Amino acid sequence: MDVGDEAVIDRGGLDALIAGLRSTGFRTMGPVARNGAIVLGEVAWSGDLPLGWRDHQEPGRYRLEQNQSPELFRWAVGPASWKSEFFSPEEVVWRTSTSDGQVTLTEPDEPAGPIAIIGARPCELTALEVLDRVLRGGDVPDNRYAARRDDAFVLVAECGTPAGTCFCTSMGTGPSAGTGYDLALTELVESEHRFYAQVGSAAGAEVLAQVSHRPVTTDDRSARQAVLARAEAQMGRSLDTEGLPGLLARNLEHPRWEEVAERCLSCGNCTLVCPTCFCSDIKDVSDISGAVERQRRWASCFDLEHSYLHGGPVRPTTASRYRQWLTHKLSTWWDQFGESGCVGCGRCIAWCPVSIDLTEEAAAIRATDGAVAAGEGRTS
Amino acid sequence: MSDSSTSTALVMTTRTESSSEPATLLSPLTPELYRIAGRRVEVGDVVTLALESPSGQTSSAFAHGQFNMITAFGVGEVAISISSAPGAPGPIEHSIRDVGAVTHALCIAPIGATVGVRGPFGTNWGIDDLEDGADVVVVAGGIGLAPLRGAVRDLVERRRAGRGEVFVVVGARSPGQILFAEDLEEWRRSGAHVTVTVDVGAPGWEGPVGVVTSLLDGAPFDPDRSAALTCGPEIMMRFAARALADRGVDPLRIRVSLERNMQCAIGLCGHCQLGPLLVCRDGPIVPFGGTADRLFMERQR
Repeated sequence: MDVGDEAVIDRGGLDALIAGLRSTGFRTMGPVARNGAIVLGEVAWSGDLPLGWRDHQEPGRYRLEQNQSPELFRWAVGPASWKSEFFSPEEVVWRTSTSDGQVTLTEPDEPAGPIAIIGARPCELTALEVLDRVLRGGDVPDNRYAARRDDAFVLVAECGTPAGTCFCTSMGTGPSAGTGYDLALTELVESEHRFYAQVGSAAGAEVLAQVSHRPVTTDDRSARQAVLARAEAQMGRSLDTEGLPGLLARNLEHPRWEEVAERCLSCGNCTLVCPTCFCSDIKDVSDISGAVERQRRWASCFDLEHSYLHGGPVRPTTASRYRQWLTHKLSTWWDQFGESGCVGCGRCIAWCPVSIDLTEEAAAIRATDGAVAAGEGRTS
Repeated sequence: MSDSSTSTALVMTTRTESSSEPATLLSPLTPELYRIAGRRVEVGDVVTLALESPSGQTSSAFAHGQFNMITAFGVGEVAISISSAPGAPGPIEHSIRDVGAVTHALCIAPIGATVGVRGPFGTNWGIDDLEDGADVVVVAGGIGLAPLRGAVRDLVERRRAGRGEVFVVVGARSPGQILFAEDLEEWRRSGAHVTVTVDVGAPGWEGPVGVVTSLLDGAPFDPDRSAALTCGPEIMMRFAARALADRGVDPLRIRVSLERNMQCAIGLCGHCQLGPLLVCRDGPIVPFGGTADRLFMERQR
């Protein structure tokens, strides 16, 4: 079995695949239905996956329902993203201890065992690759993130059931798997429940070779194509990316920023569910014994403190903070990292408590390109 | 797969010598431990700390205008520019204004205390790339003179070698707040054109009162062959850079030092974003022409 090879496995094959990964020391993690949402948890066998669950997502709305379908991957994306498994929401960078006046810094251990992702969406893998460029692609990589990513096994589940908030086709990140995976599966249910497997790496080939599989048939191929075609046709939203970075860069004083600020609560939900938002706070915390800990914690550009400079925040208004978030995702990310910071997963739309839709905001600015809020725009 | 099963205890003095440690276990957010070897009160709320590594082999491998992240243990970490010159023997100097919790802790720290140092980071003033014959105009406001101090020292040496004139224009809040007064005097004695203006005068002050741009008008530099370096409050840099450009200095040869909230200094934390820039990575020193000129005009960015 080699990179580029294809095969078909059944649910038993998926179980054998998970068991094989676990036997070689991987922590197998995947989507699980819990507390009314699909989140990430341990997946010890296929029964831990969201069996029969599907999601319904619209701006400000997320609901799960379960039926008798045998499908494991009949949902789009939940509020959790794989970001949290590689870039911890909260972690200790180092701790001090002092003896004989000698300060020693100790970095904490890594949790045991690398991660095997069981069923990331193509857009989610792209999001990890976007994070790779930020967190390990520069001159000084985040060594922990890099080590976790190096060690990870990635099984992608191609998307057959996008949500009303999805727009991966606009961003070129789905519904089919691109590159960067070890194995990609497409769940097929017509005539028999099975998975169309594609090998993306030597590690993927090794794992797949060890489980019961059969060659793909013409029927399998056309069934996979039908699933992907249906997904593209059902995409809930779209974003016109033509010239988008420049469009936003020249509309920094557009009245839409003030208009969206009337609705935006500056709560930061969008940044927490976003699979590429990477901002973090670095804080030193001390206890009564004098020991000091440096902590790193996810941060949001919607926090007033995020832009704090002596004298006050640089972005004191909700309009300036929403503008920062949206222009960063869709415009200045290109300047900083040479690509879009948005993968079209739609999480920020579903989890916004007031239903703000970034595709709608970008379209509104495009529709009135060049508008300037009354009294704004500097002349000197 | 990770093979780490034991705690990675790092006595920082041995960190760089310990080549057997896998580099992947060392966080770029973990500082080296330095000792405060000297402390000098400059003016009211500015203290210069001289820092040396415990081995005594303090690295002077930085460039003019770069900064370090300095940790006051138990309080936090803050970006501070290096105020000594690269290559100079002895400890490296940081001049710190007491404006917040971390800078306060650093300003009151005694000689012998341990601080953390990460760096050097950021772009530099680029004075090593100046062609012979180019004059240099240096415009500094307040603590903005600190990251220019090492550069001016070396520009004065460059002048001595006949490679270009040096014009230093300094703004301070009051005569009592004039930073590095001894250095200013020494640069003047060495032939640099040094002028100082204050926002508010005081008894005995016979120098100019007003903004730095008013001093630029009379400074006898030749704009066609001048480069400029400016650091200070954003509004000062904006007006100074424009005044220099209006005099005919090539905007691409005017460099300004940007400032944003900085927490990691290595492009990971996102706090120092300024439009297309990550200031820690792409700055802090950027050209006025084509970069800062536009960013200075954008509100709340």
